[in-house]
Amino acid sequence: MKFSTVARHFREGFKNVGRNGWMSIASISSITVSLFILGVFMLLALNVNKIADQVDSQAQISVYLELDTNKAKAEEIERSIKRIPEVKNVAFVDKSEGLKRFKESMGEKGKKALEGYEEENNPLPDMFEVDAFDPQKIGFVAKQIEAFNETDPEKSIMEVKYGKESIETLFKITNAIRNIGLFIVVGLAVMAMFLISTTIKMTILARRREISIMKLVGATNSFIRWPFFIEGAIIGFVGSFLTASVLLFGYGKIMSKTSSTIGLYQINYLSLHEVGFVVGGTVIVLGTLLGVWGSTISVRKYLKV
Amino acid sequence: MIDMQDIWKTYPDGTTALQGINVVIDRNEFVYIVGPSGAGKSTFMKLIYREEVPTKGQISVNGFNIGKLKHRKIPFVRRNIGVIFQDYKLLPKLSAYENVAFAMEVIETPRRVIRRRTMEVLELVGLKHKANSLPAQLSGGEQQRVAIARAIVNNPAVIVADEPTGNLDPETSWGIMKLLEEINFRGTTIVMATHNKEIVNTLRKRVIAIERGSIVRDEVRGEYGYEI
Repeated sequence: MKFSTVARHFREGFKNVGRNGWMSIASISSITVSLFILGVFMLLALNVNKIADQVDSQAQISVYLELDTNKAKAEEIERSIKRIPEVKNVAFVDKSEGLKRFKESMGEKGKKALEGYEEENNPLPDMFEVDAFDPQKIGFVAKQIEAFNETDPEKSIMEVKYGKESIETLFKITNAIRNIGLFIVVGLAVMAMFLISTTIKMTILARRREISIMKLVGATNSFIRWPFFIEGAIIGFVGSFLTASVLLFGYGKIMSKTSSTIGLYQINYLSLHEVGFVVGGTVIVLGTLLGVWGSTISVRKYLKV
Repeated sequence: MIDMQDIWKTYPDGTTALQGINVVIDRNEFVYIVGPSGAGKSTFMKLIYREEVPTKGQISVNGFNIGKLKHRKIPFVRRNIGVIFQDYKLLPKLSAYENVAFAMEVIETPRRVIRRRTMEVLELVGLKHKANSLPAQLSGGEQQRVAIARAIVNNPAVIVADEPTGNLDPETSWGIMKLLEEINFRGTTIVMATHNKEIVNTLRKRVIAIERGSIVRDEVRGEYGYEI
């Protein structure tokens, strides 16, 4: 193929987008709409994933010691906890630190209730905060720590807490959301492909006659196919570029106004620049490929005349 | 130029359109194909530009055995055959100029040659001033002129015209015939299927009559021979 012919195909491809006015707009819209839905779900799925990770990493075991436990005993327990292979980190929080944190977490409201509780009459016990390597295993680790009391005559561990119920349901939910999210994203991608190919098929069906005329004049299949191919790429690119812009602009706007907590956990959403490349890039590449794919498949059908 | 030997054509639905056609059309001839509707004229024309393949028999056009042509080679044979139809078959979204130029782009002609030659043939058919008009903005006769310009732009050896005046009023039809005669005079073979008695009987040429799939008459300076 001569260079001038390549240039001609590009010229024709661009011109065709304009010549087919409404049909081009229909194709661009269908790409924009389906990719937009897909993009929204991608953003949701990514954020759920991120939230799940955060919840995971914030999942912790609190080990409360009896009030009369001495320092040596506390150190012994700390060593025992560290010996558990699943344990990543153990931090000792003494009672005065605990009281300070408690007061902070209660804020203004709790100030009155906690008034009068100072170092001397601190009602809180000393405690350990234990992190596991795999947050999903904290239930298992907690049981092992509880078991220390069985071999300890003083029974120094008062209580082991890890929000058993709430953490376990939360894991179930986040896992479900991750799986369902993946399923929905794949499903939407397939749906988008179907919708787009249908639209492009319609636009090409309308041009069946044109294709047959081109063949009568002696155009080879590849000569006919190229401008369609380029037209498809342009439509796909324009459609997905629109989608990506709206999606990311909107996301930035929403994120700048939102932050929230679920129970005790502080939730940070993904920032715009964390998702921009992934979501924008995926949408644009996918859209362009869809445009090319749709037009190539559809033209091929009418070239066999 | 065109050589058909014992050509039979049966369509997949079972209708037999041609039964044992033998004909030779020489270089620079002007031939009318006449006969009742459904007699096989259109099939005869379609065989020439390889829209259809014969069920049986040999056909060669311009030296190509086109019955045995590979699919990929078809475009290259068509480039040597100009086709003109009753319904013009112009690309609706392209201007008159672009329609004609398309036939040259297909064979990768350099752009400036396309420009010169396209304007040249548009001038020949008298439509230079309407080069930028879309088909929908042109009259039937003008559209047919564009189609003729497209058919001749690559200097084909043969022009196949299937009822080129079928949709046109008598006056416009004569204009088209003058043009075809001029093209024939410049050395192009023309095969034209027609129902136009007046044209055939006035502008005397070779007449081949097809009835029920067979050639029933072949006269050098023939007449139309049918009422209407």
